[in-house]
Amino acid sequence: MLTAIGRAGVLGINRRNGDFVMRYNKRSLYPLVDDKLITKKLAQENGIPVPQLFGSLDTPRDIPSLNDLVAQQQSFVVKPSHGSGGDGIVVIDSHRGRRFWTCGGSVLLWAELAHHLENTLGGQYSLGGHPDRVMVEYRVKFDPMFNPVSYLGVPDIRIIVFLGFPVMAMLRLPTRRSGGKANLHQGAVGAGIDIAYGKTVHGVIGNNNTDEHPDTGAAIGGLEVPYWQQMLSIAARCYEMTGLGYLGVDLVLDEHLGPLMLELNARPGLNIQIANAAGLLPRLEYVQQHAEPALLPEDRVAWIQSLVNDRTAGWQSG
Amino acid sequence: MNRRHLYALSALLIASGLSVAIYKHRVLGYPLLPEESASLWSIEGHLTFERHTVGPVKARLKLPHDPPGFRILREDFVSRGYGLTTEIVDDERIAMWAVRRANGQQSLYYRATVYRDRAAGELPAQPPFPEALELEPPFNEALAALLDTVRAESADVATFVSALLKRLSLPAADTNAQLLSTLATDDFERAQLAVTLLTGARIPARVVQVVQLLNSPHTVDARPWLAIHNGNEWLFFDPVSGASGLESNLLLWSWDSAPLYEVDGGIGEKLEIAVSARTEDALSLAERRATARDSAAVQYSLFQLPIPTQAVYEVLLMIPIGAIVIVFMRNFVGVKTFGTFLPVLVALAFRESRLISGVLLFALLVSAGLAVRFYLERLRLLLVPRLAAILTVVVLLMLFFSLLFHRLGIVTGLSVALFPMVIMTMVIERMSIVWDERGPMEAIKGGLGTLVVAMLAYVVMGIDVLEHLVFVFPELLLPLLAGFLLAGRYTGYRLSELARFRALGGPAK
Repeated sequence: MLTAIGRAGVLGINRRNGDFVMRYNKRSLYPLVDDKLITKKLAQENGIPVPQLFGSLDTPRDIPSLNDLVAQQQSFVVKPSHGSGGDGIVVIDSHRGRRFWTCGGSVLLWAELAHHLENTLGGQYSLGGHPDRVMVEYRVKFDPMFNPVSYLGVPDIRIIVFLGFPVMAMLRLPTRRSGGKANLHQGAVGAGIDIAYGKTVHGVIGNNNTDEHPDTGAAIGGLEVPYWQQMLSIAARCYEMTGLGYLGVDLVLDEHLGPLMLELNARPGLNIQIANAAGLLPRLEYVQQHAEPALLPEDRVAWIQSLVNDRTAGWQSG
Repeated sequence: MNRRHLYALSALLIASGLSVAIYKHRVLGYPLLPEESASLWSIEGHLTFERHTVGPVKARLKLPHDPPGFRILREDFVSRGYGLTTEIVDDERIAMWAVRRANGQQSLYYRATVYRDRAAGELPAQPPFPEALELEPPFNEALAALLDTVRAESADVATFVSALLKRLSLPAADTNAQLLSTLATDDFERAQLAVTLLTGARIPARVVQVVQLLNSPHTVDARPWLAIHNGNEWLFFDPVSGASGLESNLLLWSWDSAPLYEVDGGIGEKLEIAVSARTEDALSLAERRATARDSAAVQYSLFQLPIPTQAVYEVLLMIPIGAIVIVFMRNFVGVKTFGTFLPVLVALAFRESRLISGVLLFALLVSAGLAVRFYLERLRLLLVPRLAAILTVVVLLMLFFSLLFHRLGIVTGLSVALFPMVIMTMVIERMSIVWDERGPMEAIKGGLGTLVVAMLAYVVMGIDVLEHLVFVFPELLLPLLAGFLLAGRYTGYRLSELARFRALGGPAK
């Protein structure tokens, strides 16, 4: 590699698609992760904790039934089953009668919410405009430990899992600019996480480095993500669950329920490298060359953690 | 394995595409550049004679027969009332006209269209070595002496012949030559004399007749030329100057010195040869040449299609060229666009409307459409009817702009009928969603990316040479296909990623 980022082992889009996504992710398995309803069902069957599904809306006729689905819930989330990048997700903090308060504090009238749901069902947020389904699910009560570093919304954790080995992770923190969404391209803060210990190291907004949260001013580095071992284990198990070799696993931390798997991504983004100030390639290649394929999920996690501690293994340096 | 397969396939595509194209260019002469022209020569032989009483007439005219360095593209004969046969006798092709009852002034025409082709022509077989000959004294002695002098001055047949011809053309320098040259009075006789002298040296030689192809209003005469066989090949010499070779504008008409024409039953016969140069589009020449050869290239040529279909293909064949721009901008540079090949379609629309007005129209339509889309958003319409509504508005906006441009006297606005309205609708819809979801910055970035790539594709698709190449050599799309296959395995960085990840490329670890 002739370029500086090549020496740093940065994985580019072309290489990710050509050498990893296309090679390790069978096309026929995509629906397992592209349709979040399927993912959720699959996770439940495999004992992977997920936010509870209250129900789904399949056609515009089902929209009125939303009221019944959430009658017992104070808060809930509606999201398109085929959405990508957090588009189309509405988080309802509370509702009374025909008024819905979003987590941002604004009021949605029933007609507005119904219109949004109709559009979603019509395919506004799905790739190619295909008709979609709406999931109505439990709104995560995120762990207060992230309060100082989030603005509205739910911070989530993205772990890249290659052949079942968790290789890189980051914490995504919503900001005012991202509108409470945890997507980096919408302005959320990304913080790299030390894969062995679950400690945040360093943050980015967009493509720029940052050490503090832009809205709260709290330091981003040095946070210990609780339940880290469990998160790594969930991520590793998603490999067996889907059969996808190159996978992005999104997790959230619920105050009461602990880590929950939110969604999976067969084409996880590359900004995680900026958040970690490290390229993915050396790690992916290391796994390709040295990993034992037959290991159980827990053993795979342990193997990765042992590598990070063992300076002679040559894991980080590539 | 996979990779080797890909490389083999690409190599095969490149090789087959290029070899067909090279064959068409080299052998059939399809031009590589547009507007290339080739020179064609029209030669007209006009044979006239008279017959004062009614009676039968026979006329014979020698015709060029596989002349070296030329190909005959087409020939025809005009001879009212005459029966015509052509036959090949020895190395000569002869047209024979015959009529039973002719009277008065008679005109027979032979017309040929020829073009230069260095490789063309068939030469007669090697003649036997002539017998030594005896001239009357004192010429015999002069001949022997002259041949001795010339032989001393030359190394091989070619130099021998030109040395001999030089001495004959400047007889003052050599008494033997002077004596011998008294035997000849005109060019034909001089050429014949040279043949006689060469026969004395036992070199096979003959006088042939050539016509100089010059674009002149005057008629031209057949001139004598010398053809000498050196044992390996035929060599040509100017009998007057002694210069060797057959110039590129000399058409060898006959392989002997006998008159080109002969008339039985007429008097005052005369042959006038007129030559005119004609430049023709090299492309149509190649087509006709290929037709004459009955080549598959012409049977499967685009030029066989009806003109309107050709016009469609002229556009369609440029789409892969536009795709090059897309592949380059997206996979190598990393520019974001709405839709994968949408910029190519927009670029095609620009072809109709010209660049500036096309860009203006694009910007106007998209911004007006966006405004309408945001307004419709407030009415809470379902997706498909909303798209239909935007489409209708886009059509109406187009109509409005066309009428406006027309009133303002801007003609270009009217030729935008091909503007892909459905696609514009999709751009507007996608842009408005991106606008809502990711903010105006992202939307405008995507819109500008689309526009820039479309402009670039328009410029590349407008390159005349490329347009000509893919239309005349559609097989060149095979190497292009190979290029796409190879680009599909490009796993290096995109240019935009160098900026995106520059924070990681700091000091090397």
